[in-house]
Amino acid sequence: MDYNLIIPFIPNLRRYARALVGDRDGADDLVQDTLERAVRKFHLWKPGDLRAWLFSIMHNVFVNQLKARKISPSVQIDETTIAAHVPTVTSVDVLDLQRALLTLAPEQREVVLLVALEDMTYADVSRALGIPMGTVMSRLSRGREKLRGLMDGEKARSALRVVQ
Amino acid sequence: MTEDEDRMEYAEQNALLKRGFDPVLTEPIPARMYLKNPPWLDYARAAVLVSVGIAMGLAAPMLRAPAPAAAAASPQLAIRAARAHLVYSPEVRHPVEVEAKDKDHLVKWLSKRLGTNLKVPILASEGFELLGGRLLPGNDGPVAQFMYQEPSGKRLTLYVTRPHKGDNVTAFRFAQEGTVSVFYWIDRECGYALSGEVDKPTLARVATAVYKQLEP
Repeated sequence: MDYNLIIPFIPNLRRYARALVGDRDGADDLVQDTLERAVRKFHLWKPGDLRAWLFSIMHNVFVNQLKARKISPSVQIDETTIAAHVPTVTSVDVLDLQRALLTLAPEQREVVLLVALEDMTYADVSRALGIPMGTVMSRLSRGREKLRGLMDGEKARSALRVVQ
Repeated sequence: MTEDEDRMEYAEQNALLKRGFDPVLTEPIPARMYLKNPPWLDYARAAVLVSVGIAMGLAAPMLRAPAPAAAAASPQLAIRAARAHLVYSPEVRHPVEVEAKDKDHLVKWLSKRLGTNLKVPILASEGFELLGGRLLPGNDGPVAQFMYQEPSGKRLTLYVTRPHKGDNVTAFRFAQEGTVSVFYWIDRECGYALSGEVDKPTLARVATAVYKQLEP
């Protein structure tokens, strides 16, 4: 059992984190913290669903980060981002999507994204987030409803822009 | 809305989210995410190695987890630079092959071996003096390493390689290889990696100076 088992999951963790957090650096920090914690807690992992285990660790780290941010809402600018000229390709669609996602409550966002991006079943999500199935379902439907409303609004607005 | 309509709407939502975020899946994984194995695994490996009776001198380097093949994209540059830093920077008597007093010769020699006109950045304004340089074997040919030293004795190395086929031009990136921090970038002529066991802001400051001086 070693770290090489975890590596194949990194792209999925990054995709989920990007959608969950919104910005690249914040998301990669979440992934990094998750990986470090996973390595420290490796001995606690019982052979089984490694993906669910990793996402549950990410959930715990995310919750801690949210708490920490409430205390000190500081924006840290990394010197690498200042010096870098990394071209980021972001289409307007993704930005709209990102904005809509970030208006969801974090706990709704988590459930929606685990189902939508990771194709997790309710049982998987319940395990990863440590919440009962009923809660998974209610958060999912509320999150989906809200996202639908927002995306419809975006669609309406962009249609308007085209008409103008 | 009926249940079927709901289901369709949700499938559409899933597709939309996937379309939006799937590109992240194929982004190169940052080098810092390739962690070492958990410490207990190293102990376990060490125990096995010792019991088999392999000399510790040989065994020690093997305890390090091998760099995963998937890291091959460009962090390889950072990994190789960090290893070269670890090997040569602690050298007391022979940190470099050619000393800074023969700088002209050094630059001419290494430029010839690498097949490009090398420039050696001057980092005195950042507190680092050139000690000299050496030629190293790289994966695809010769590599140049320049070494700098601060009055306190702290050393930085600049690793310069010709880019491999398929290497893309990259902006400034950061990688952490054990205790060694590395800033690296690839331009049309060369790949560069500045390594040191210093804090990230210091290294970023010096790397920015290097970058500015080398930029054509």
